[in-house]
Amino acid sequence: MQETNKDAKVVIELQNVRREFRVGSEVVKALRGVSFKIHEGEFVTIMGTSGSGKSTLLNQLGCLDTPTSGEYILDGTPVRKMRRSERAVLRNRKIGFIFQNYNLLAKTTAVENVELPLMYNKNYSAKERKEAAINALKAVGLGDRLDHKSNQMSGGQMQRVAIARALVNNPAVILADEATGNLDTRTSFEILCLFQELHKQGRTIIFVTHNPEIAQYSSRNIVLRDGKIREDVQNTDIMDASAALAALPKQQDD
Amino acid sequence: MAFTAILSNKFRSFLSMLGIIIGVAAVIIMMAIGQGSKESVRAELSKMGTNLLTIRPGARMRGGVRQDPSAMQTLKMADYESIMSEASLVTKVSPEVSSGGQAIYGANNTNTTIYGGSSEYLDIKLWQLKDGDCFTEEDIKKSTKVCVVGTTVVEELFGSKDYDAVGKTIRFKSIPFRIVGILKSKGYNNWGMDQDNVIIAPYSTVMKRIAAQTYFNSIIVSALSEELSEKAIDELSVILRRNHKIKDEAEDNFTIRSQQEMMETMGSTMDTITVILVVAAAFSLLVAGIGIMNIMLVSVTERTKEIGLRMSVGARGIDIMSQFLIESIMISLTGALLGIGLGYGGSWLAKNVFMFPSSVPLWSVGVSFCVCAFIGIFFGYVPARKAARMDPIEAIRYE
Repeated sequence: MQETNKDAKVVIELQNVRREFRVGSEVVKALRGVSFKIHEGEFVTIMGTSGSGKSTLLNQLGCLDTPTSGEYILDGTPVRKMRRSERAVLRNRKIGFIFQNYNLLAKTTAVENVELPLMYNKNYSAKERKEAAINALKAVGLGDRLDHKSNQMSGGQMQRVAIARALVNNPAVILADEATGNLDTRTSFEILCLFQELHKQGRTIIFVTHNPEIAQYSSRNIVLRDGKIREDVQNTDIMDASAALAALPKQQDD
Repeated sequence: MAFTAILSNKFRSFLSMLGIIIGVAAVIIMMAIGQGSKESVRAELSKMGTNLLTIRPGARMRGGVRQDPSAMQTLKMADYESIMSEASLVTKVSPEVSSGGQAIYGANNTNTTIYGGSSEYLDIKLWQLKDGDCFTEEDIKKSTKVCVVGTTVVEELFGSKDYDAVGKTIRFKSIPFRIVGILKSKGYNNWGMDQDNVIIAPYSTVMKRIAAQTYFNSIIVSALSEELSEKAIDELSVILRRNHKIKDEAEDNFTIRSQQEMMETMGSTMDTITVILVVAAAFSLLVAGIGIMNIMLVSVTERTKEIGLRMSVGARGIDIMSQFLIESIMISLTGALLGIGLGYGGSWLAKNVFMFPSSVPLWSVGVSFCVCAFIGIFFGYVPARKAARMDPIEAIRYE
């Protein structure tokens, strides 16, 4: 454990979280007692093969699902007994989602896509919403693509819009689900650079992936197997994604 | 949001709207024609004089039971004279006998109807003369063979509506009649009957020389005023019951109808027809609603991923629900607006091209609009609820 993190605020705390599903007459135990804390400013990768409980854990962390037993505390709020609509509001205020396949609204401009989470927050006026969206897009380097529609953009650009959307509500934690899974190597590194930049700015990031390479660029790596934590290590030697990007062979068309 | 969804699927939205458009337009046109016919029947009947009372022989028909033919011959000269001398609440009285047949002048002939009446007949029926005079009491006493003719008869027999036929002699069922006056045109009535295809002659002449009968087909009377019609009917009943020697408990062997009563009868028939037509049209609205529900269900399934995303970023069930409800309400209300427009257009067409009497009742527009709002909510609810109940975890990964 790094000393610096000990003083930082705990954003996520899992206390012996179990999650069981009933499939027919059998009970499938997807999570078998998972406990960990994530402090503010950490860049955590969660790794595991398929069937390891990775997705279930992500759903728990994203408040899309509740534990069968144990407790999950997100930024000071216990989640287990919350109602559906309460969790929706919690997601809206505390979590920024980034998905593998971007999940942008079709035929909708970048700004409108980024505005979406704020549409469900009554504290924002239409004007504030737009301003926040434009700022978020500038932060991910898409200041010149504000009114491009989602079908006019490349994969990397779409993922940047999705990242801007995850940033726009200034969340306590950013949850990325295989965020580079659909991108080519070069674009993957570009997106990783962006994540490292956000990390440097003090954002808390959880990056779920099955790609071991990505763990080298994060500050901590949690490995899941069979619904249990198998490994939880701090990474003292964080690799620089921008250096890796520079080291890639030059593209022909550039 | 709902608006963008509708616009992004213009053709599909329009198709699901089409049902509503047609349904609303049909309802409005049906109501417009119903209302229009009713108004024009009213206007027509009041053109005949609102204080007109008609006395017919025979008891009121009950369930279409055939009556003794002799019961149809109860109105006699004596009744007419009694009414003339005794009734205080009536201003004008005329018997009416009629007979259909052929009228001939030179080589021309036409089928028409001859009506026999008193010299007050024209006033009671609100006929006006264009040319010449009406026959006189003297003519009636002597059963003179004179007549007043409508413009259609003039046109058919003399070749032109404006022909000055006064003084000419025509034949009706081979009896010669000298024309003493020509009626101003009344045109066609609601039922498509040419009101100008008439010959009017002294009742005595028609009874003796043409119909060969001693009874009247009816007696028509003008009450002092529309308000006094009911009292006048009572007074006439007393006179006729006495004349016909009807015992206290026995039923009348005649029927007196006021113009209001005729209007109500006609009106209620029209209402029935209108209701049937509107119900038929309303069913098409129901079908349209099911169409909307169907398309909304497709839309919800198709946008499962979008719903999952919206939920992930913080949309509550109720947010998703209202999004889809607003969408279906907008489809049905836009359809309603277009349908109302089409209904007005159709009503205008019915009036000006097909010559149907038609006027759009304002309340029908309001009702259609409310019904469509209801359809939007009712048929949008099931798809909207389906969307709202989705599990975000499954929805976001839906392919």
